[in-house]
Amino acid sequence: MSEWWTYSAEDFLLFSPRTYWRMIERHNEALWPAQLLTFLLGAAILLWLIRPRPWSHRVIAGTLAVLWAWLAWSFLWERYATINWAAPYVAPLFALQAFLLLLIGGRLRWEVGRAGQGPVGLTLFLSALVLHPLVAPLMGRSLRGAETFGITPDPTAIATIGLVLMAAGRRSWLLLVVPLAWCIGSWATLYTLGAPESWLLLVAVLLAIIPVTRRHAD
Amino acid sequence: MTATRRTVLKGVLAAGVAMPTMRAWAQPGAPTARLIPSTGEAIPSVGLGTWITFNVGDDVELREECAAVMQAFFQAGGRMIDSSPMYGSSQEVIGYGLRKFGRPTGLFAADKVWISSGPRGPSQIEHSRSLWGVPHFDLLQVHNLLSWEEHLRTLHAMKAAGQLRYVGITTSEGRRHEQFEVIMRRQPLDFVQVTYNIVDREVENRILPLAADRGMGVIINRPFQQGALLRRLSGRRLPAWAGDIGASSWAQFILKFIISHPAVMVAIPATSQVAHVRENMASMATPLPDAAMRQRMAVYVRDL
Repeated sequence: MSEWWTYSAEDFLLFSPRTYWRMIERHNEALWPAQLLTFLLGAAILLWLIRPRPWSHRVIAGTLAVLWAWLAWSFLWERYATINWAAPYVAPLFALQAFLLLLIGGRLRWEVGRAGQGPVGLTLFLSALVLHPLVAPLMGRSLRGAETFGITPDPTAIATIGLVLMAAGRRSWLLLVVPLAWCIGSWATLYTLGAPESWLLLVAVLLAIIPVTRRHAD
Repeated sequence: MTATRRTVLKGVLAAGVAMPTMRAWAQPGAPTARLIPSTGEAIPSVGLGTWITFNVGDDVELREECAAVMQAFFQAGGRMIDSSPMYGSSQEVIGYGLRKFGRPTGLFAADKVWISSGPRGPSQIEHSRSLWGVPHFDLLQVHNLLSWEEHLRTLHAMKAAGQLRYVGITTSEGRRHEQFEVIMRRQPLDFVQVTYNIVDREVENRILPLAADRGMGVIINRPFQQGALLRRLSGRRLPAWAGDIGASSWAQFILKFIISHPAVMVAIPATSQVAHVRENMASMATPLPDAAMRQRMAVYVRDL
């Protein structure tokens, strides 16, 4: 793109806030009651984090992989692409995240740690699972527009960042790349739409990046 | 037909001031139209943009709203609808509206080619045409000068083959004006599309005079700065003298400023509300501001 520095976020905004939030509502309506199922999956992950089993680490990684692949197809490919021509280009990145979760995630230890980034990770995961769905009504929008873990990318990306921060094992940071990139992109979109909750995504990014950069600096 | 500044000025006069054969348009309250320099075809000076507002995906309720906007636009005498492959589902939504209410004979279908690959331009154009559901486009423009040399070759060939009536180029927000001017000087274009409004007036210096010299119709995008200008002015009172030019709202005040520039052919505000499209279309009604009034209007807004 020529003269890219002359472009602002507004130049890439393709849709109105009303169109965007209605798309989320219609996505929820189309999938209901899958939101309950994904919430239960999140609760199960929390249980396995607190009381790990020999098999639970692989199950958590596998569950996340399925959810990311599901989001690539159901949200990006089928839903978001109807108003954003860039969405189909992002879908393969979500599929890549699913692949990485199977490849790397299966070898990690997914459990709540009291040291290091564990508390931060747990906070992010819980906020994505429990608090994020409340953002829509708190912002004056319909509860039908509630964004839930495993159904829309924002809470799923934040939850994944939180889980990866808790996970122990080699190359876990690779599992942060796609969720962080999504959070930054989604922050830009929501910020341009004038949505105050855009800052939640930026906070998640900062909470993830600061400890990682500190660790590398040490 | 070779178009010159004289042709453009003749069009302006014909549209709203003094040509005897067009006397009806000179009556107070009559809509303003302009003559396309390269053919003399008359076109109403307010069109309909579709950036953001028509990108509603497969949301049936919002599609119906867009169709109602199109219906109100045509009922008010509108002709030019402008879109682009860059605008998400906007082309498809235009096609929805045209199927729902029937394609009016006056429709002036303006679209763009926006793809970095020159050889893939024709297939993108054909896809756009199928989304609109029209037999052909009236005007095709190279969007933001992307791969403009290759696409202009395609568009000129289409025009020569009778598959297209007019060829143009676009830019927005003041980008690449130097190159834009070079292309305007070298290429036989029917239309150019740029950003212009009462606060973004850079094109008055060079682009608009050059368009008049070269006999090119000028389409104006982002007349309300994507709504930001209207939001900024919403708490302010219109000056009492706005009534002298028949403006009863800030939208009309701004549109009248734009379309009264002698080189401007069509402004294409985008909206998703029927009330707004009616208000926009009503701004075509005479009287329009003269040069002195335009200066007064610009100073007033600048000093707010």
